Amino acid sequence: MPAKTAAPDTTDRPPRAGWSARRIALAAVSAVIVVWLAIKASEDLRQFVVVSLNGITLAALFFVVASGFTLIFGLMRVVNMAHGSLYLLGGYLALEMQDAWFKDETGLGLSLTGSGTEYDLLGWVVPLILATLIIGVVGVIVQQVFLRWNQGQDLRQALITIALSVIFADQMLAAFGGISKDIKAPTDWPESISLPGDVRFGFFRGVVVLGAAVLIGLGLWWLMTRTRFGKIVRAGVDDRDMVSALGINVQLVFAAAFFLGALLAGLGGVLGGTMIALGPGEDTSFLLNSLIVVIIGGMGSLGGAAIGALALGLVDAYADVYLVFGGTDLTNYSILVTFGLLVVVLAVRPLGLFGRPA
Amino acid sequence: MTPSTGRTSWPALVVVVGLAALAPLVLTDFFVSVILTKSLWLGIAAASLIFLSAYGGMVSLAQVGIYGVAGMAFANLVAADGGSAAEWAPWPATVAAIVIAVAVGLVFGAIAARSVGIYFLMITLAFSVLVFYFFSQVTQLSGFGGVNNVDLPSLVGEPGQDPVPLYYTTLVVAVLVFVALRYASRTAFGLALQGLRDEPARMRALGFNVTRHRILAFGLAAFVAALAGVLSVWYNRRITPGSINLAQTIDVLIIAVVGGLYRLEGAWVGALTYALIDNYSREWTPTVGNVLGPERFNTILGVVFLVIVLLSPGGLVGLWERGRELFDKRRRGPPGSVATPAPAGATGDAPN
Repeated sequence: MPAKTAAPDTTDRPPRAGWSARRIALAAVSAVIVVWLAIKASEDLRQFVVVSLNGITLAALFFVVASGFTLIFGLMRVVNMAHGSLYLLGGYLALEMQDAWFKDETGLGLSLTGSGTEYDLLGWVVPLILATLIIGVVGVIVQQVFLRWNQGQDLRQALITIALSVIFADQMLAAFGGISKDIKAPTDWPESISLPGDVRFGFFRGVVVLGAAVLIGLGLWWLMTRTRFGKIVRAGVDDRDMVSALGINVQLVFAAAFFLGALLAGLGGVLGGTMIALGPGEDTSFLLNSLIVVIIGGMGSLGGAAIGALALGLVDAYADVYLVFGGTDLTNYSILVTFGLLVVVLAVRPLGLFGRPA
Repeated sequence: MTPSTGRTSWPALVVVVGLAALAPLVLTDFFVSVILTKSLWLGIAAASLIFLSAYGGMVSLAQVGIYGVAGMAFANLVAADGGSAAEWAPWPATVAAIVIAVAVGLVFGAIAARSVGIYFLMITLAFSVLVFYFFSQVTQLSGFGGVNNVDLPSLVGEPGQDPVPLYYTTLVVAVLVFVALRYASRTAFGLALQGLRDEPARMRALGFNVTRHRILAFGLAAFVAALAGVLSVWYNRRITPGSINLAQTIDVLIIAVVGGLYRLEGAWVGALTYALIDNYSREWTPTVGNVLGPERFNTILGVVFLVIVLLSPGGLVGLWERGRELFDKRRRGPPGSVATPAPAGATGDAPN
């Protein structure tokens, strides 16, 4: 019995058929979603703007973290399951430094934040830079000690990083406790900004995180397309053996890519620790987010990571607010919408939107 | 890399099951319940993972998600504190829970089956974590402190007072699962599955529907995982979202890897090891500052896992087999050309 449909597999591209049933269904689903959002937006435009901004800023954070994940995978085929741990560790390290060196007691606790401690700009930027660099170095150590000698055994490498993530999670629980904490943004930064249409939005979320993500995105784009390093990395993604045969020290490039990838996780941790919070479970949460982002966008593609992060962030934000139908509140089923996003993308493109066969 | 198409060693199986059947006569109730019963149902969960990995080449992390669905479905369908407490009789609820979990498993399989290798692992991991978040959010189904005091079938009695009936029930299910999966691997279906694992392109050329075959295998594994899920609720008498989180997903993976991803019996070897470490490591663990101590069970588990993955990709079973090979070789003198291939190792991927 011959397989009737050209069995779609990861090795061949999806058939470019015309209006198949699947495409019609997809178009119908997206039309329903757009109409639904349009109705909601017309009901309360201000809320819609805030929710959208929430989604976009969340997406910005997802992008910072997932871009490191996808960079490492793209070059080395290493699925770094400890990426979430590096994220959380980066946040905790910055928090410890901020607490230890920059706690500036104002004495009477009269400041507006009510906590009685103030942090200047340095008290946020120095921990950010140091923690980020340390995480980069931790990443390189992990790569050199545990992953360098078993290059190509991708399952084994995934298992090793899972083992590391278990140890990291437990040790962080021991060292930093189980209570959620957050990193304080500099006290003299404004709490929020005003946007046209009488919308107020958090300054840190809307300006710092979004700005950082855009800068990082542009920086990575420049690095990948305009520098020798990027050229080597892109060549390595396509054909590692050829690159090393041309006399390029691939091991050095791998270490550099791992440094950069881990560094982005640490940076994400500091941003996320300031924007949301740090606690046990955040590592899982950001590992999942990174996974979904790269599954949607396609492993190894930076553009895919951006699109995937945007899709995930917006879907999360809208589903958290707009899943109310008349009197029935279904917002706590919002995770199903995320699942649906994953299903739809994988049904159309098993390798993600921008994924290419290995 | 052809793991374990070999014959089942029936005498060995009979001896092991016989010893297990006699265990309650010799051992304390505590040991029977906390070590043996727990290893048996954890082993069933791990066996579903190993089945997919050994015969289908698919390392699925969705198994805990599926067993969570089965457990939650059962706990919600029977009388219990929390959840929707539909107050069905336990047996219909068991059947319904398994059907629901297999249906969910088939959906997961249908989505993931077109991916292979590490992509498959990531997608199934995402499924498992999504199931966890789903049940944490939907308190109508998971209660606020989990679903407690779940009604059990009279067959297992009151495991809190007398753990022996539940032990025998779990033992019977575990043996049936083992025999059935071994049998399935040698049917035409199982042989084709192993063909897909090694040479998907050739199998497709032969006319096999690769994706559908993978989905069916995933459904079979989902059935086994569902059994483990229901048994876990019978064992704990409760289920919480926290008991099906990422940590549990990883624990089942650890059990499978420690036992050996390439042999079904490894599931129970790994589960027993896990349960023993779980219980006794707290007593002898020295306290080293904040880093090590009775509280730091997960660190010990992680280190054991790491060491096994680093040293022996075939797990404990692989280690034993390698030792036996060495012994055989020495006894027979210099090896001929029939050197058995080393345990396939965790090289789950085709060379790029």
